[in-house]
Amino acid sequence: MKYSFNKINNLFRNLTIAALIIFLSFPLTNYAQKDFQKKYQTQMILAETGTIIELPEGSFSLTNTLSLEGKKKITIRGKGMDKTILSFKNQTDGAEGIRVSDGSEILLEGFTVQDAKGDAIKTMHVTGISFHDVKVEWTGAPGPENGGYGLYPVQCESVLIDHCVAIGASDAGIYVGQSKDIRVTNSKAYHNVAGIEIENSLRAEVYNNEAVENTGGILVFDLPDLIQKKGGQVKVYNNSIHDNNYENFAPKGNIVAAVPSGTGLMILATKEVEVYNNRISNNQSAGTAIISYFTTGKPIKDKNYDPFPSAISIHDNIYVRKTGLPVGKDPLSFIIGKKFGEEVPNILFDGIRNPQLLDSQGKWVLGQCISILNNKGQSIANLDAEHGFKNVVRADDSLNCNN
Amino acid sequence: MFRCTIFVLICFILSGSFMGGKPDVFPEKLSEWKIYKGNLSLLQPAKGVIPYALNTPLFSDYAEKLRFIRLPEGSSVNYSTPGVLEFPEGTLLVKNFYYSADNRKPGINKNIIETRLLVKNSSGWKALTYIWNDEQTEAFLEIAGDEKMLSFINKEGIKQDIRYVIPNQNQCKGCHNSNDQLMPIGPSVSQLNGDYHYSTGTMNQLVYWKQQGALHNLPEKTAIPRTAVWNDPSSGSLNDRARAYLAINCSHCHRREGPAQTSGLFLTESETNSTVLGINKTPVAAGKGSGGRMVDILPGNAYESIIWYRMQSHAPGERMPELGRTSVHEEGLALIKEWIDKMKSID
Repeated sequence: MKYSFNKINNLFRNLTIAALIIFLSFPLTNYAQKDFQKKYQTQMILAETGTIIELPEGSFSLTNTLSLEGKKKITIRGKGMDKTILSFKNQTDGAEGIRVSDGSEILLEGFTVQDAKGDAIKTMHVTGISFHDVKVEWTGAPGPENGGYGLYPVQCESVLIDHCVAIGASDAGIYVGQSKDIRVTNSKAYHNVAGIEIENSLRAEVYNNEAVENTGGILVFDLPDLIQKKGGQVKVYNNSIHDNNYENFAPKGNIVAAVPSGTGLMILATKEVEVYNNRISNNQSAGTAIISYFTTGKPIKDKNYDPFPSAISIHDNIYVRKTGLPVGKDPLSFIIGKKFGEEVPNILFDGIRNPQLLDSQGKWVLGQCISILNNKGQSIANLDAEHGFKNVVRADDSLNCNN
Repeated sequence: MFRCTIFVLICFILSGSFMGGKPDVFPEKLSEWKIYKGNLSLLQPAKGVIPYALNTPLFSDYAEKLRFIRLPEGSSVNYSTPGVLEFPEGTLLVKNFYYSADNRKPGINKNIIETRLLVKNSSGWKALTYIWNDEQTEAFLEIAGDEKMLSFINKEGIKQDIRYVIPNQNQCKGCHNSNDQLMPIGPSVSQLNGDYHYSTGTMNQLVYWKQQGALHNLPEKTAIPRTAVWNDPSSGSLNDRARAYLAINCSHCHRREGPAQTSGLFLTESETNSTVLGINKTPVAAGKGSGGRMVDILPGNAYESIIWYRMQSHAPGERMPELGRTSVHEEGLALIKEWIDKMKSID
């Protein structure tokens, strides 16, 4: 009896200690997380030129954007992707996870940004912005409630994205907008609406990447009504662009909401784009689509905007497609499915050419043509979008600089 | 103990960097600025400090605001329009954020949360935030921001809870930004062109400033622009008031020189291009902020307009403005809704 009383007493004491530890550790944890935000935000505000801000290993919960503003030569370095994890699952303020603005020579490396409520990492007006070994992701099943952009440099110059990973963005995993001199390489994008998107940007090279199981693998877009217009001089090479058949989960209203599920590579209204040595496989609606802005069906009011793609060269790529209907649920996929059934050509051209770039015989003027040559598995459809898709035809040899 | 050590360490680092011979050394305490006379919490301006108000102010989670300006002795501002006045070096702009316990009795039982200063020195404007202590005896410089839970009785007599967010120093520039330079937002001629109840009587602010020697070249004959008061129909048409509201709440970012220039949506009062103003304009990078709507403003249908959606949203990543509010400005939202609902299709 006495013995068991002692036992109960001991148990009670242990429980009390356990409760005390739990009681103490909860506020401590909360304090520590809040302290983490404040500590690193303070460091970012006070950082002087040349500073390396080291983030520790571990998973940290943040409730507000971490921002770096007006700085030169700053490195924010974690202990490695998947070792330093900044989770914004409980974010209550700020439209992005990390924001960098008005700076130069900024390097972000070795960490993961999870579940930001808006964009994961936005950088604006930075000359020399590098992302290395950075992962941005939305955990759980991809859906429209996920943030828009993963890695999001906009109006930046000298952009390098190397060995990065982007998962689950409801717009684009890796998105470079209105920027100049860009390299996106050795990176992987999956389960995004757009894997990698280059928009209204000049001199971009996208190479050695894997874009897989997105709605659209790689997009090269030029859109109206923006400050930096006329993107171009884009090279896309040595990439593996495959199985981009994910259902489109972008919120309506966004331009990528119109991208057909099953798109490998889409070039929209951009000039001087060269696509070569890529393996573009099993993108079941459009291995590659080359379209003008008219085909989006959206009105154009920007008088300085050129809605036509031109000077496009697609060569020496490998195309593979499984037999089967297009997977997209959009009008374009419906049209090509109706016309071609289970054997959809790998390359779709909407057929709309800039009349100002054609000579009196209707041939391209020098250097402005859309050329599709020497691709393995090459097959082409002209969609005749100009005439409401009335005369969709196979046109396997029709796109070269002689016509 | 560990917490204390870290805290002391951070204080040490902070104070060290402020004292380390850097050009910008700012007082740690608000009282050191000598803006007020007597009991600090009464916010009674000292000599040379002029209170002012804007016709249509920025909404900040229903916080009341009391603004002051102090010009360097012997200096004055040159009349200029449009845009924010060009203030001389040494100018101090002061904005106190507070909540009255009961909004039906404004000014009584005030809880002052923070005082923000914009200081113009030789290298440009600097933004500083001082957070008040609970005793309301002093406010302390804070660069990393904070948040406070508070409540007050609103105009309808209902208790309202607010999670009030005090911005960090970088976030100040998130709004106070023109071509990446920190800038004031409010004090333009047209915003100041209205009456103020001074201790000496009610007077037009521009006339008062001139009388005090704070403003020169105020035109006598030509019309002086005047921003409509967003919630006073006698001050301007529905369109004038809605545009004034959008200008002060949005256009510090949504302008060609502002941080939201990437969006192509510009909401300054002077903007005339309807697409740029958002009418039938498709979004660029709205993400889920589109709320499934196709255009920023659909004339005649606020509910289908992204602007309305983002103004009524609480969610970070959707709500607009991005900073400075966690609650919805119901009255401002109603104004913009009416404006869009009554807008005729222009195409």
